[in-house]
Amino acid sequence: MLDFVQQLVSGVALGCVYGLIALGFVLVYKATEVVNFAQGDLMMLGGFFAFTFIGMMGLNYWIGFAGAVAAMALFGMLAERIVVRPILGYPQFSIIMATIGLGYFLRSVAGMIWGTDDFKIETPFSQGVLRIGSLVLAHDKLSVIAATIILCTLLWLFFNKTTLGTAMRASSENMLAAYYMGIPVKRVVSIVWAISAAVATCAGVLLAPITFIHSNVGLVLGLKAFPAAVLGGFGSIPGAVVGGVLIGVIESMAGFYLAEGWKDVAPYLVLLAVLLLKPEGLFGLHARKKV
Amino acid sequence: MRFLFKTDYEDDIRLFPHSGYVVSYGLLLAVLLIAPYVLSSYLMSQLVFVCIYATVGVALMILTGFTGQASLGHAAFLAIGAYTAAYLQKYNVPFPVYFLAAGVLTGCIGALVGFPALRLQGIYLVIATISFAFIVEEILARWESVTNGNEGLRIKAVSLLGVTVSRDSPTFYFLCLAVLVLTIVGTLNLLRSPTGRAFVAIRDSETAARSMGVNVALYKVKSFAISAAITGFAGVLFAHKLSFISPEMFTLQLSIEFIIVILIGGTFSLHGAVLGAIFIVMIDPFLTYLKDDMPGIIAGVAATFGAGAATVANIQSKVAAFASLNGLKGAIYGIIIMLFVLFEPLGIYGRWLKIKLFFQLFPLYKRATFKRQKIYVKSERNR
Repeated sequence: MLDFVQQLVSGVALGCVYGLIALGFVLVYKATEVVNFAQGDLMMLGGFFAFTFIGMMGLNYWIGFAGAVAAMALFGMLAERIVVRPILGYPQFSIIMATIGLGYFLRSVAGMIWGTDDFKIETPFSQGVLRIGSLVLAHDKLSVIAATIILCTLLWLFFNKTTLGTAMRASSENMLAAYYMGIPVKRVVSIVWAISAAVATCAGVLLAPITFIHSNVGLVLGLKAFPAAVLGGFGSIPGAVVGGVLIGVIESMAGFYLAEGWKDVAPYLVLLAVLLLKPEGLFGLHARKKV
Repeated sequence: MRFLFKTDYEDDIRLFPHSGYVVSYGLLLAVLLIAPYVLSSYLMSQLVFVCIYATVGVALMILTGFTGQASLGHAAFLAIGAYTAAYLQKYNVPFPVYFLAAGVLTGCIGALVGFPALRLQGIYLVIATISFAFIVEEILARWESVTNGNEGLRIKAVSLLGVTVSRDSPTFYFLCLAVLVLTIVGTLNLLRSPTGRAFVAIRDSETAARSMGVNVALYKVKSFAISAAITGFAGVLFAHKLSFISPEMFTLQLSIEFIIVILIGGTFSLHGAVLGAIFIVMIDPFLTYLKDDMPGIIAGVAATFGAGAATVANIQSKVAAFASLNGLKGAIYGIIIMLFVLFEPLGIYGRWLKIKLFFQLFPLYKRATFKRQKIYVKSERNR
């Protein structure tokens, strides 16, 4: 039983990481219908920025964290301006390819700048553990769970309660109509990319104590976060986190209880099964084309 | 400019619309047939890869370009073809038999993948095909009695009609070329048949196709099966060319490369598959050239412009250091993909058509001829 709970908690923590990355996908998708395959690489870059600020320049953890988030928000805007804006409105396939290209580029450039070693960031949560009875929970995992809950709530409130969030939803439905209603669509898209890059950075920094940062971490985790977003139904903020947690729990349970090899496959099998029964994901909305 | 007058249906669906096509493709085929006696062995080897990649490109073009179903799982089909060949070869099955068997098996699996894909679209389909590819990769690594796991399988040279065809011989190149040409001709025939027109109708609008009486489900599954089968054939050749296969060769990276093939070539025409394959395969020799010769050339240019000997040496070492950076290939890949999506979404073949039209219409060419429509409404983007 104790093993089960322990696995459950570490699965939830891992799943929250996937959920955090998936939140970034979902944000961009919700506002612009763009699927950003480079999200994992934005996370990796955020982690490297934080490493540069904290590990190499010796700044305080929280200052370094804030600096990395700010730098990545700017970078997100820049990426949007150069790569995404010219192709907004074209078929999804073009944009998927463009972001795959962006991902390739970021991975290689990060590899050139920081090398291909593993890096670690010292955090205030790195050492401590929380004991409840005989259950041992590491602080770094708890920090991920807490951050996910906070970010998810904030983003949900932002999207559903603020004017800017409403503007984002409107521009997702119909960019042209939103533009006619006086919504500055270009700025809205820029802001959503900034937020999404900032969320990715949070994921990267919180992840750093659990899995180390290296130039391919974005690809590895991004490919797990994608099923998470799809499982939850692309375009739903709570769905992304629920999907992420499901994937994480399935992965850690399969790794513990099933034979070797199931760990990597189980999330995808579950994903395929869910897509067969509910093609729009667990929380997705099914939109139909009108003729 | 040539105007084609079509007086009946046969004129409209002719494989070679006019004699110019026969001449130019005949010349191209003649050049390809004498190539092994002219080119170096390294370039020949690259040319074989061009044939194999182009075959996969044609397969993917049927699925993505003409039926509108994106797939990031084609490396898995290639792997299934390759492993079927390697497995059957161990039991002394003759080449033609296992070649066909690989295609048929891959086609059946493709149809099986096609069924769940019926309900999916857009990003969901992409993720489903990626998942399928991951599962296949893991099976290849774990099913050791058949695939020999991560150690990989060796595959002997092709033995055709009692003759052993080594993987570097011109005969093997002709074999690959024949497969490619047959695939292209077969696909062209498919596309002018009712099946092919149903594919294109589904791509343009599923709803419209359905209301015209096209059985969307049937044709999507057909498209998946045909595309997978062709990829399976290519897989057999791929395995023979490499002579050793292991699961880590068939990763997502390879699937992305195949998508890049059709993206860079142009997703609306079979020409695109071949041009894209040439581009992707030739990027390696080009980068090697960049690494080896560029520093000297740039230093030479600097010297002609009157730079001092010390500066020239400095420039040369800087450029050499840059060219041998580790991730350079990935970065160049990324930049190329982004540039094509941003500036030439119709690919190399699209560029060729634009240039051709420019000269045909010389003073009257309009840029807007090739402009794509942007859609800003969410419900219009779903189909």
